Amino acid sequence: MADHVLSPNLAVDQEADRILKAQRRRHLVSMVLRYGILAAVGLLMLYPLIWLVGASFKTNSEIFAGAGFIPHEPTTSGYVNGWKTSTPYTFGHFFWNTFLIVIPKIIGTAISCTAVAYGFARFDFPGKKVLFASLIATLLLPNVVTRIPQYLLFRDLGWLDSFLPLWVPSAFAGDAFFVFMLVQFLRAIPRDMEEAARVDGANTWQVLLFIVVPLLTPALISVCLFQFMWTMNDFLGPLIYISSVDKFPVSLALKLSIDTTEAFEWNRILAMSVLTILPALIVFFVAQKYFIEGISAGGVKG
Amino acid sequence: MSGDNRFLGLIYLSPYIIGLLVFTALPFAASFYLSFTDYNLMSAPVFTGIQNYIKLFTADRTFRKSLWVTLVYVFTTVPLKLAFALFIAVILNYKLKFINFFRTAFYVPSILGGSIAIAVMWRYLFADVGIVNMALAGIGLEPVNWFGDPTNALFTITLLRLWQFGSAMVIFLAALQSIDKSLYEAASIDGAGKFSTFWHITMPLITPVIFFNLIMQMVQAFQEFNGPYIITQGGPLKSTYLLPLYIYEQAFKRFDMGYASAIAWVLFAIIMVLTVIAFWSSRHWVYYAGDKRS
Repeated sequence: MADHVLSPNLAVDQEADRILKAQRRRHLVSMVLRYGILAAVGLLMLYPLIWLVGASFKTNSEIFAGAGFIPHEPTTSGYVNGWKTSTPYTFGHFFWNTFLIVIPKIIGTAISCTAVAYGFARFDFPGKKVLFASLIATLLLPNVVTRIPQYLLFRDLGWLDSFLPLWVPSAFAGDAFFVFMLVQFLRAIPRDMEEAARVDGANTWQVLLFIVVPLLTPALISVCLFQFMWTMNDFLGPLIYISSVDKFPVSLALKLSIDTTEAFEWNRILAMSVLTILPALIVFFVAQKYFIEGISAGGVKG
Repeated sequence: MSGDNRFLGLIYLSPYIIGLLVFTALPFAASFYLSFTDYNLMSAPVFTGIQNYIKLFTADRTFRKSLWVTLVYVFTTVPLKLAFALFIAVILNYKLKFINFFRTAFYVPSILGGSIAIAVMWRYLFADVGIVNMALAGIGLEPVNWFGDPTNALFTITLLRLWQFGSAMVIFLAALQSIDKSLYEAASIDGAGKFSTFWHITMPLITPVIFFNLIMQMVQAFQEFNGPYIITQGGPLKSTYLLPLYIYEQAFKRFDMGYASAIAWVLFAIIMVLTVIAFWSSRHWVYYAGDKRS
């Protein structure tokens, strides 16, 4: 090296090379750090769920014996015993009840929210501003303040211990979040097709049914999926309104099995917990893009 | 659509308007009225003026404890959750492989978290001999009494909600990805460092989303019910006895509807005051790019 005469050009090259190397090194460190943090957080997010599934196949004596999730003597006794429950009904009966709550609720939500969102996004009428403001206010209104009079109202209607208190408010577009989401979505869709159809003589119902609804489908799927999750997970609603065991949804049945199962029969409870979250988990993985898009759209455009 | 009846839109809104009146407005007013009554479902409500409120603030030690616990819970959970969600979103907002995998993995707890099955799982994870304590022992730390100790119990509930940072993170991430990349190039040409870029470009542009998440998470946190109800039943020593639990017990266990309504209105008033403060202060820190809001 010493023999060579360093041309100024070469010095610049070396300097550039050194900076580039430093940059690459910094980039590498940054990447390692990023992946390290993400992997650690990912583990914290997923390991509890993996453990839950694994432990549900363990024997009771093994559940608290180690931190691993792989059962040494895999058993389905938790599922078999848990499924029987301590009531006259099987867990299948409680799943059936859950779907009896969820399905009508989703249908009512989808129909009412579509109509209302269409009204907000495509029409001018007296009081529109006030009504839209009320939608936002409802979005922020804590349920806790309306819950007691709602209960009294449903009691006076004779609806206690039936699914009606859980269905009916949703069928009147009671979930402001969904209306809001659909309005935002509709506002982003150009009106050309609708106007063309109107010129051709279609009335607004036909426009809604044959043009708007097909365009709205992705957003509607998001709405149905979120409503499915929230209703599956809902605990306080059934807790307040459903009192007879034969009408319990799984959330109440799981609580009941905690209260009635012998203290050491852990795998029964874990097995039933796995079953409780299973429908939501399957639906999420089948349709995850609708969740991510739905939540991003509802949040960011707000 | 001109030429239509100008009330046509209202027909489409009719389900909403009926629902708003019957299931929201009427109950809202009724609950305000009930909070000034003594009503136990057996006989008609008896108007008692501000008796309920006087009792709440002068004689009811459970309420005072519950209010304090609720405030501690909200003021720790919400900032921690937002900060963590933003931190992870910033890390994810980079040309990384497996970004979709991580985003999904981080989001799964949020989608399941409302289920009581998850609260049940939390009880097992944080049990005295549960895997959290095993993990602590593994790195040479003392086991923690997660549920038996009043200070820890509330924090265990907070951890359950932190575990569900995914929904807030997805919203942050969408906002970060919508930032115009040319702004970063311009900043880098001007020689701005990473932190300076983050602070002066990224942060101002995502303040609307921070604001949105702040309000949503706060309203949610004030209504936390499933976690403490399933995991700790409000104990030990009422250290996780959040106001929604107290309201639930007064209303649906003791059927003291008037008193429960008064507690609900105190909770509502606190949420309102904090929301109004947030909206009022947002003028000074929330930045709407070129957006004249009407």
